[in-house]
Parts: sequence; structure tokens; C-alpha cells
Amino acid sequence: MAYSDKTRGMYNGILSGLQEAGLFKQERFIHSPQAADIEVEFPSGSSLKNVINICANNYLGLSSHPDVVKAAHEGLDSRGYGMSSVRFICGTQDIHRKLEQMVTEFLDTEDTILFPSCMDANAGVFEAVLTKDDVMISDRLVHASIIDGIRLCSAMHDTFKHSDMDHLESKLQLHHDRRLKMVITDGVFSMDGDTAKLDEMAALCEKYDALLFIDDSHASGFIGKKGRGTHEKYGIMGKVDVITTTFGKGLGGASGGCVSGRKELVEMCRQKARPYLFSNTIAPPVVAGVIKVLEILSATTERRDKLEKNTEFWRKGLTEAGFVLKEGDTPIVPVMLFNAKLSQDVSRDLYQEGVYAIGFFFPVVPQGQARIRTQISAGHEIHHLEKALDAFTKVGKKYNILGKTKQEIIEMYGM
Amino acid sequence: MEDMHEVIREYVINEYVEDDTEVTNDTPLISGGIVDSFSMVSLKRFLENKYSISIPDDRATPEAFDSVNKICTLVQEFIG
Repeated sequence: MAYSDKTRGMYNGILSGLQEAGLFKQERFIHSPQAADIEVEFPSGSSLKNVINICANNYLGLSSHPDVVKAAHEGLDSRGYGMSSVRFICGTQDIHRKLEQMVTEFLDTEDTILFPSCMDANAGVFEAVLTKDDVMISDRLVHASIIDGIRLCSAMHDTFKHSDMDHLESKLQLHHDRRLKMVITDGVFSMDGDTAKLDEMAALCEKYDALLFIDDSHASGFIGKKGRGTHEKYGIMGKVDVITTTFGKGLGGASGGCVSGRKELVEMCRQKARPYLFSNTIAPPVVAGVIKVLEILSATTERRDKLEKNTEFWRKGLTEAGFVLKEGDTPIVPVMLFNAKLSQDVSRDLYQEGVYAIGFFFPVVPQGQARIRTQISAGHEIHHLEKALDAFTKVGKKYNILGKTKQEIIEMYGM
Repeated sequence: MEDMHEVIREYVINEYVEDDTEVTNDTPLISGGIVDSFSMVSLKRFLENKYSISIPDDRATPEAFDSVNKICTLVQEFIG
């Protein structure tokens, strides 16, 4: 009612500012199921274009897997569309508890609680288990959802330099007097694709009597030989106190997340976590789909093995073509361009060549570290990757960045 | 006797600066994006331990911690 011209003008001014700063996010409409090959309408109103998708979190290629789709259909038929209730009133079905038990077994923890998303899991978990007498010590590059969750918690908060174990140890010493200390990290960092040094972190947590928390959203289902996550890769299964993860990436890609870990901490979430208490949980068809995903991944490591091979092929191809990459061994392979405008230009040209990949720049990544973040999938076949490599090479030649060092690219295009 | 400005400046550089950013006594630390307000607690605890003082939370504001000079002014107040 009181939405005056002045108010409208104020918001339009803010939005124009975002556009002028190059920070305005624009959606691209996909007219097909999520997969390696997709049909895209971009810009809005233009005719559809067939492109290879190398920017989805569809690591295991399960987003449109026929068995998962079938299971979701069956879940829809047998358990209905929605719950119309939060969990603790009348919003819990047998399949919700079944999925929690399956996740517990898959991650080798003590118990699990579902959340509408991992964003919600991270928003709720810290406040549910910590108080003002405690301290949260987080890696400086943790995901935004963890930062939001930390902000909602009354415990003291401190940070350590990214993956700097000496710095973490100094913080554990500094905060020795707190009732509880919780060390918080991503398992795989989403922008750089590197993994946390979980073996060293677990040892430090043991030494200083601290809890260990990891968000394994970019790892669950494919990191580690059995795909159980970064804690498997680093040989600390059963030693992580809290794992949060999502079903919106490798584990089917639909939606939902969870907190999995020590049973008392999970129970604290069930009693106190506000996103759990005050919103509906995951809808039945999605629950049925995730159950099928876990059945597939528990039966065979075929998909994570294929993803590993695809990632090696992709990383080797880009390196041989002469691109500067962030070091790593996860399916997140950042192609470094350093300059924000260059990242946007390369992304646009790749799209023209039939490859859908997005440029990231400040403030999403640090100033001067603009990049194209590529994400490989078990849904990719070698011919997809070869075609994408051809496109990258063609565009890389156009901008004369192949075989150039970081310094040379910065000299040509600036930071 | 140690120069307080130098001690605090050195701590800030070691703790928060991860590139070659120059920090002077007037450099805006929090509003300038060098010190994340999230990470201020270690600076507060460092000051309290180093100078044997206790800074109430309502005085440990981003404004009061926004430069080496401002931090020194705050610390001097509590040293008395």
C-alpha cells in the first residue's frame, strides 16, 4: 500500500548500481532435464541453443538418471506430494527416517537429521549445539551458508587462515579456556576445488579437545575411494563430530540437506534447530529419489570412478592446451583468468561455441582471481569433454592466453 | 619499551594480511576489508592478553578497531 515512487526509485537505484558494477545476476532458462547436454534460452526470448553443461554440481550425473526419476515417481504415487506439516507435528513419514538411517550408514556417523536444504542445516546447527560459553573457529574460506549459521549463534567466533594448520593450532591455544571449541571447515572448497587437510585437523582437534565440523556438500558421493566424502579420503571415518551435506549436488541434485554426526548433537538439532522446527522437511518424491541415489552409490563405485577418470582427462587436456589452473584433484577445475572482464568475455565466447561455463570474479572470489569454474560430471562422456576442450582452446587462442603465465595474463589484461 | 603502535600493526599484518597490502597506523582495517569483523575476536583477545586489560564487548566495536591508531587510543583508555 505504501510502496511509493520514492521507495520504488530507491530500489531501482540499487539494482542499477548492481548492473553498472557488473554484479547483476541473470538466469538462463534451461528447457531440458539437467544433464551434460542441455537446451538453453539465453538471453531471455532468444531461440534455444544446445550446449554442453560444465558448470553444474551434477557430479555423479544422477540429476536425471532414469532409476532416480522412476523412484521419485513411485515416491510420489505411494507417499504423496507434500506433508503440509513440520516434522514434529505430522510431517514425518517412514521414508524420512529410512533416509536418515541410510545417510548415517553411508557417512559412517551415529545419527542423521534431514533439513530442507544444507543452507538450512548450516543455519540451524551451530545455534542448536553451542552457547556463548563456546567458540567456533572456522577456515576463512568456508561457504556463505556456514557464515550465516555462525552469525545466528551466540558462541564466540574466530577464523584461521585458509588451510593453515599452524594458524589453526594457535587459535586452539588462544581459546583454550572456552567450554567447547568447534573447528569448522568445508570438506571441498567450492571455488578453488581444494580439500581441507582433515587428517591434520582431526589430530589437532584430538590434541586440543575440540569438535570437528565439516560441510561436505561438494564431496558426498564421490570423494574417497567409496565416495563417502573427504573424511574417507583422509582416513578419519567415524572421527568427525558433525558433517553437513546436501542432496542438491552429487546426491541427485534435487534439494534437501542434513546434519549427520554424534547422536547427541543430532538430537539437539531435532529439539532446537529452527529451520528444522519451523519449516517442512524434504518432500516425499525427493526423499524417495535420494534413497535410490544412496542405493546406487552403495552398490557400486562405478560413477565416482568414471568421474575421477573424466576429471583427470579434463585437467590434463586444459593443462596441455596451456591454461593456468588451480591445483587440485576434485571435479572442480578453476581455469584462472585473473581479470573480471576477461572472465565474462571468455564465458560469453564459450557459450557461442556451445559450452556453458560461468565466469566468477570479485566479490565471489578474491580480487584479481577471476576465473571460469568448470565442474566435471560422471554424466559427461569423453566426446563432451573433447568438444569442450576444443572450444576452450579456440577461445583461449582468441585472447592469446594459452601457454601464458599468471603474470603474463595480468600484464595483458590487468587484475 | 615496545612501541604500542608497532606491536599492534605487526600483529594485524601477521594475523590478517595475506598479500603485500601495506598497513599504516591510519589504514582502515575493518571498513577497508583487511580485518573481517568475524575475525576481530582474536585481535581483542590479543590486546587483552598483551596489555592485561579487559575490553567490554560493547566497546570492541568495528569503529573502535578500524585503525591501529584507534585501537591504541582504546587500549590506552583501559590501561589508564
